[in-house]
Amino acid sequence: MSNPPDKRDLPEKTGPEVTRRGFLSGTATAGAAALGSAAAATRDALGQKVDAAGGETVDISLVINGTAYERSVDARTTVLDLLREELDLTGTKVGCNHGQCGACTVLMNGTRVNSCLLLAAMADGARITTIEGLASGIGELHPMQAAFLEHDGFQCGYCTPGQIVSAIGCVKEGHATSEAEIREYMSGNLCRCGAYKGITEAIIEARDATNSSDVGGA
Amino acid sequence: MKPFRYQAPGSVDAAVEVVEPMGVAGQGGAFLAGGTTLIDLMKLHVVTPPSLTDVKRLGLDQIEETDGEIRVGSRVTMAEASEHPLFLERAPALSDALWKAASPQLRNIATLGGNVLQRTRCPYFRDNVSPCNKRDPGSGCAAIGGINRLLAVLGTSENCIATYAGDFANALILFDPVVETRTAADGPRQIPFSDLHVLPGDNPAKETILGDDELITGYRFKLPDWARRSLYVKARDRESYAFALASAAVALDLDGDTIREARLGLGGVATVPWRAREAEEFLKGKTVSEETALETGRIAFDGAQGYEHNAFKIPLGRQVVAKAILDAAKMDVAGAAGMTGQSGGAN
Repeated sequence: MSNPPDKRDLPEKTGPEVTRRGFLSGTATAGAAALGSAAAATRDALGQKVDAAGGETVDISLVINGTAYERSVDARTTVLDLLREELDLTGTKVGCNHGQCGACTVLMNGTRVNSCLLLAAMADGARITTIEGLASGIGELHPMQAAFLEHDGFQCGYCTPGQIVSAIGCVKEGHATSEAEIREYMSGNLCRCGAYKGITEAIIEARDATNSSDVGGA
Repeated sequence: MKPFRYQAPGSVDAAVEVVEPMGVAGQGGAFLAGGTTLIDLMKLHVVTPPSLTDVKRLGLDQIEETDGEIRVGSRVTMAEASEHPLFLERAPALSDALWKAASPQLRNIATLGGNVLQRTRCPYFRDNVSPCNKRDPGSGCAAIGGINRLLAVLGTSENCIATYAGDFANALILFDPVVETRTAADGPRQIPFSDLHVLPGDNPAKETILGDDELITGYRFKLPDWARRSLYVKARDRESYAFALASAAVALDLDGDTIREARLGLGGVATVPWRAREAEEFLKGKTVSEETALETGRIAFDGAQGYEHNAFKIPLGRQVVAKAILDAAKMDVAGAAGMTGQSGGAN
């Protein structure tokens, strides 16, 4: 019985490379294009701008992770839709899409909210921070990200962006003073893998490693 | 979501002027505040408003006290209110009921105006398929003969047993607040809070007495000094982030261990925010004891009607009431008399 070959010994792939991330990203771009064409629509009898499906469009401007965006979006667009489908910021995850699981948590003007229940129109003029906006550079993780790595605060990782963003909000709010308080004030973020022990330890470490204004400076 | 028009007027007067009539069963226009119930139900197509009038530019976001009267704007968020000293220190039941509800993310954006009007979590209302007199008047009630574990045992009718889902209202009702509203035609109006919600009766689709364009602008109330001895006990399926199976808001005015006056609100068990006035009467002049507390629970659930899966809420609710009374009596409240010999006890 021979050992399987080391991956480094495998022959180079031939043909066009298709990665999961690239494929999904391409799909998202196609979706955004569809949304974009719908948004470039006409006006109804009352002079309201409408898209192909009959929905009104709303002009919004937002600052997301320090970058200003101006868009005309269908009024039904949530901040989560906008991030993922239009801006290609897919770090923020779609979980339940009904405000029950916390996977979509972002900071709006420094406060954690569920982006799936937040219309982009409601957030017009707001400053949004997502998981992509936390690290200060390549290899320079936000202390909360580093603590999640250190303490295995995840297993499959799907809830992790929401957990980390929510944890930053939790510390900033001053609700990370004890393990019991962290558990109560992180209850809006579900982890089906049950990594709560590591998550709690990570938050305690990040809380202690930085003062709350630093952790919340995102 | 179905398409809708969105507008964000800049004043209360403009908002009530431009809002599309709300109609019955959520099929007309709607005011949009935090949106944590509304957007959820719109995604489910349970409500399909043709237009939303966002109240985000209307102010109404202050908590202030003038001449002993507290005024809370309807756009104050649940998170802000739960941590405000007026609530935390002067009426802990209000703070408890807020932080024990929803999740931090939801409380950061959900407002007190919207929270009081929170819709039921009845699964047959939310599934958008089953017969439901609240969602589709005249279609019947799938909950009465269905899986009704989470549904109400007080204030029900043969047409609807949907539980009022909120927590804050069950504590706010203790202090007899006035609801301040505005309409386009009649201007400001003041409604006793206990009149705001209406029992399902023959028309479960009508949940409040609010008019077609009526906006809640705030709440006004006075807090007696003894409201410091108040709390909210909430029994639920998991320790956090769950709706109440049964909850009780209690405020006690104690003279030693004798109850001068008591207020009792119930949640998770009734179709509207519930004030248990007969139980309050019973407590007047009584000495705090486990027996008195349990008897109060029994009185509070007089006339309760259990269904196939939710009858457990009646004995559970009685116990929650008893626990709330006993816990409130033990509170270490600065400036208010505690139970004799126990006033130094930590809560």
